[in-house]
Amino acid sequence: MDNKIYIDPLFKKNPITVLVLGICSSLAVTVKVEPAIVMAISVTIVTGFSNLILSLLRNTIPNRIRIIVQLVVVAMLVILVDQILKAYSYDVSKQLSVFVGLIITNCIIMGRIEAFALGNKPIPSLVDGLANGAGYGIILVIISIIRELLGSGTLFGIQIIPLNWYASNGGFYYNNGLMILPPMALILIGLIIWVQRSFDKDLQEK
Amino acid sequence: MDTNKNLYTIIYATVLVVLVAVILALASYLLKDRQQRNVSIETKQMILKAVHLAQDPEKLKKNKDNYIESEYAKYIKDTIITTGSKTLPLFICNIDSSRYYIVPLHGTGLWGPIWGYIALKSDFNTVYGAVFDHKGETPGLGAEIATAKFQEQFKDKQIFEGDNFISISVVKGGAEKGNPHQVDAISGGTITSRAIESMLKTCISEYLDFFKNK
Repeated sequence: MDNKIYIDPLFKKNPITVLVLGICSSLAVTVKVEPAIVMAISVTIVTGFSNLILSLLRNTIPNRIRIIVQLVVVAMLVILVDQILKAYSYDVSKQLSVFVGLIITNCIIMGRIEAFALGNKPIPSLVDGLANGAGYGIILVIISIIRELLGSGTLFGIQIIPLNWYASNGGFYYNNGLMILPPMALILIGLIIWVQRSFDKDLQEK
Repeated sequence: MDTNKNLYTIIYATVLVVLVAVILALASYLLKDRQQRNVSIETKQMILKAVHLAQDPEKLKKNKDNYIESEYAKYIKDTIITTGSKTLPLFICNIDSSRYYIVPLHGTGLWGPIWGYIALKSDFNTVYGAVFDHKGETPGLGAEIATAKFQEQFKDKQIFEGDNFISISVVKGGAEKGNPHQVDAISGGTITSRAIESMLKTCISEYLDFFKNK
């Protein structure tokens, strides 16, 4: 199997920073690290298994209802993830609220099914799906670490910035309230794209 | 095989959908107990929070479910009262020698349902504590009703003036200082704030007959 299948989606063809897919949820669920990680895992599972299932079915799917079949499979996986989170990780599932359900509309999933799973064997498809989910997850976690640390002074809910630094306790430090709001996530994604492109000359347009 | 025939397409779609339905029904059936337990734990935690109980962060982190269950069993009694033709739920809390009455609240916010619990002291007038939660109010605006900062305002407020029930108003622009019937509304969350106000009024007023006869 070609190494590119699982290395490219992490960096050179990262779904968020290079393909610019799946931006919506990366703005919404990156205020705290914990929901971001759960979201990343959920999306990875859904992209991986939807790719696997549809690759197995790829020669039997009637072409006229191709997109509908894809949606049914993706929706089933998303509902399963949602139900499992509600049962075993209730607090996080409350924080993610509608965004778990909205994984269905995550462009990465349909994009990978159409672009890869329908034309490749099951195992490479599974790997491609998992790698794309992981590429999405890496960016989500990076953004959420920056946002939680600067916006709330915590990581995983644990206080990192000493409390006596805060202005309200006589210190010099203020949380950056802007970090908690969605626009800052978009700006951070922009900064990450900038950094990545300045290292990888291949990504730069002539 | 020709996968473009009508019959093939219809059979394919039917089989796929039935298969998916069976898988999802099975998952829902298997996970139902746990999901309902999570919901019931959350409700119990809210009721306990209304009377400032079960706040030990260590125990909440380590063994939340059992901690909440045992505290609930220790302090709270579920009762059903009858006023006129209606039957209403009421939670009674006994801490040491004091007794508090917890009234469940439910209303409509801006984007979806809001709900909460308000605990009254045994004079049925002074508020001991209140908690609110919501399904999908705007984070940073209406969703602030679920924060301790908003809820703490309700402590020691009064719902009666003399014998008249006037509830508690959520005032845009800030409550008058020292007014026992007003709390501050949330900036940018006017509709949610008003929803809280009308929820308090409607839900508590159903219990008035019960309060008066006590």
